[in-house]
Amino acid sequence: MADSTAAPAVSGGDQREAHIVVRNLTMAYGDFVLMRNLNFTVRRGDIFVIMGGSGCGKSTLLRHLIGLKEPATGEIFYRDFNFTAASVEEREAMLRRFGILYQSGALWSSMTLAENVGLPLGEFTDLNEEQIKKIASLKLALVGLKGFEDFYPSEISGGMQKRAGLARAIALDPEILFFDEPSAGLDPISSRLLDELILELRDSLGATIVVVTHELPSIFTIANNSVFLDAESRTQIATGDPHEMLAHSTDPRVRKFLTRGAEKDGAQNDHG
Amino acid sequence: MNATQLQSQPGKVLLDRSDTTLMLRLSGRWHLSRDLPSASQLVAELARQPVPRRLRFDTSGLSGWDSGLVSFLLEVETACRERGIQEDREGLPAGVRRLIELAQAVPEKEGARTGAGRAPLLERVGDWVMAYSVGMEDFLAFFGELSVALNRFVRRKARYRTIDLAEAVQQCGPEAVGIVSLIAFLVGVILAFMGAVQLSQFGASIYVADLVGIGMVRDMGAMMTAIIMSGRTGAAFAAKLGTMKVTQEIDAFTTMGISPLEFLVLPRVLALIMMMPLLCLFADLVGILGGAFVGVSMLDLSLSAYMRETISTFTFANFIGGLVKGTTYGGLIALAGCLRGFQCGNSSSAVGDAATQAVVMSIVMVVAACGAFAVAFNILRI
Ligand SMILES: Nc1ncnc2c1ncn2[C@@H]1O[C@H](COP(=O)(O)OP(=O)(O)OP(=O)(O)O)[C@@H](O)[C@H]1O
Ligand SMILES: [Mg+2]
Repeated sequence: MADSTAAPAVSGGDQREAHIVVRNLTMAYGDFVLMRNLNFTVRRGDIFVIMGGSGCGKSTLLRHLIGLKEPATGEIFYRDFNFTAASVEEREAMLRRFGILYQSGALWSSMTLAENVGLPLGEFTDLNEEQIKKIASLKLALVGLKGFEDFYPSEISGGMQKRAGLARAIALDPEILFFDEPSAGLDPISSRLLDELILELRDSLGATIVVVTHELPSIFTIANNSVFLDAESRTQIATGDPHEMLAHSTDPRVRKFLTRGAEKDGAQNDHG
Repeated sequence: MNATQLQSQPGKVLLDRSDTTLMLRLSGRWHLSRDLPSASQLVAELARQPVPRRLRFDTSGLSGWDSGLVSFLLEVETACRERGIQEDREGLPAGVRRLIELAQAVPEKEGARTGAGRAPLLERVGDWVMAYSVGMEDFLAFFGELSVALNRFVRRKARYRTIDLAEAVQQCGPEAVGIVSLIAFLVGVILAFMGAVQLSQFGASIYVADLVGIGMVRDMGAMMTAIIMSGRTGAAFAAKLGTMKVTQEIDAFTTMGISPLEFLVLPRVLALIMMMPLLCLFADLVGILGGAFVGVSMLDLSLSAYMRETISTFTFANFIGGLVKGTTYGGLIALAGCLRGFQCGNSSSAVGDAATQAVVMSIVMVVAACGAFAVAFNILRI
């Protein structure tokens, strides 16, 4: 564990740079403490999964990471930048390097898909309209929505909205991508394609990706690092590679989750 | 007792006490649609001295059950746990046992339950006052942030789309003309009638023109327009922004580093501030026409005499006063609508509440502002 005054540094065996460091984070709604003492590190290029039972505070943790909610105590660092203590301007500059896919897609309903993807490009780059259009089309094509540029969000299906939200999230080629339940509401094949897309994005953009999910196949396909939140003890009970957790963890709560409650050795077969 | 009789019997519970063990004999049909015994009587029995140590069940007489029985048993179970009485679920049907286990599988999160019971009057008054002061604080904070956004707008640094501004102008201006004309015309007619009843008794019916003219320009034009706009546009702002809050669209702006205040609120506030004075002028004019309609058709005045009289009453100050009021009301309505939209909770019913509150808040503020203007104009002798 890094000492608590200096900026977080690369520690121990893993030589990759620490990209997100969460230290002693306590999350609360008013007086109601949801989680305390969260400590974990996400390294550059990780696909980091936030796991845990329903209602334990996964979405809330994500809201803390992207600055929509203030920690009750504790700090969040992006590399050695203290996000929690930063000013509004510094934060906004940081936020521009994030791409976020919301649980509901959250596309702007009064704009077409191309305008949705193009808006951040128009606001934060010097591209002209023609170029913006081209790049928006490219991003939409990357998520399999070629030809839907002029559709409004209400005119496409829920799964397509998710993908369009993803196209918007990657509009500015972000360094870090946050996904809240990307595969919720998708059929198994689409959700598998989405997993492949996530892996592809990591490899091509070199982005760090943080995903909230409880889909086991998805977790074992994409994740190489994770944190496991437990509602009852109100803190994290495991961190690390979920494959290793499954192989070595002795905590019955973790085992139960990762084997869907059926503790048997065959469970490892359904990831590929 | 034969089988058919047993089938149609309503649910019943009998208690059998043998020194430390309480036996619960459940019989009949335990269905929600029937009258079911309440658990409170049984709970009272459990508390009676000497407190039993074990509770057992006999369900041999039970001919049917649904969630009615499960909820009854859960209540009994809670009472037993509080008193340290051991419960033996052996005697229960397997289905009931499984449902009870399922209901208890996830323990209640302590601290998660809120608003238990009804608070005493004094506490509720206190809560209400606290909520009110927090509401005031929110309003001031919002107003402050909006001022910053306006400042950035003036320095041409604000981020918003011109097309959004144009759309808001369209919504607040041209689209509202129809309803505003209708109401303003009727208000003019009503004012004229009210005046005519008295004034014609003195043969002074020409002064109806003064009454309608001054009434519309000084107060009624701006006031009626403001009330229409708060119901029409203020509510629409609150509903639109509230929905965007629910669907996380506002979060999406925030986390992209685009201020939703600049992007969403600024165009709406600007549009309403720009359009309200124009609408007010228009309403004044239509109201005067309404008065003229009454004057010409019922009081035998000539149109030219009516208009000459109207024009002679105007002062420049009246006119400016009306415009200032219109602009102020526009700002207040837009502010209330956008604030309530931003404060909206996370459900569809919250959107409805936000729209309602926006209308109430803006009408209250408009009427209060009207009073303040009356006092101020009186002091300034306008
Ligand atoms: N705005 C809020 N005010 C008060 N409590 C809240 C609020 N939002 C969420 N909570 C509480 O916080 C807890 C965690 O919510 P959160 O949405 O983070 O759960 P989650 O882990 O994402 O669950 P799921 O997997 O079902 O999406 C819940 O118990 C909920 O009661
Ligand atoms: Mg969630």
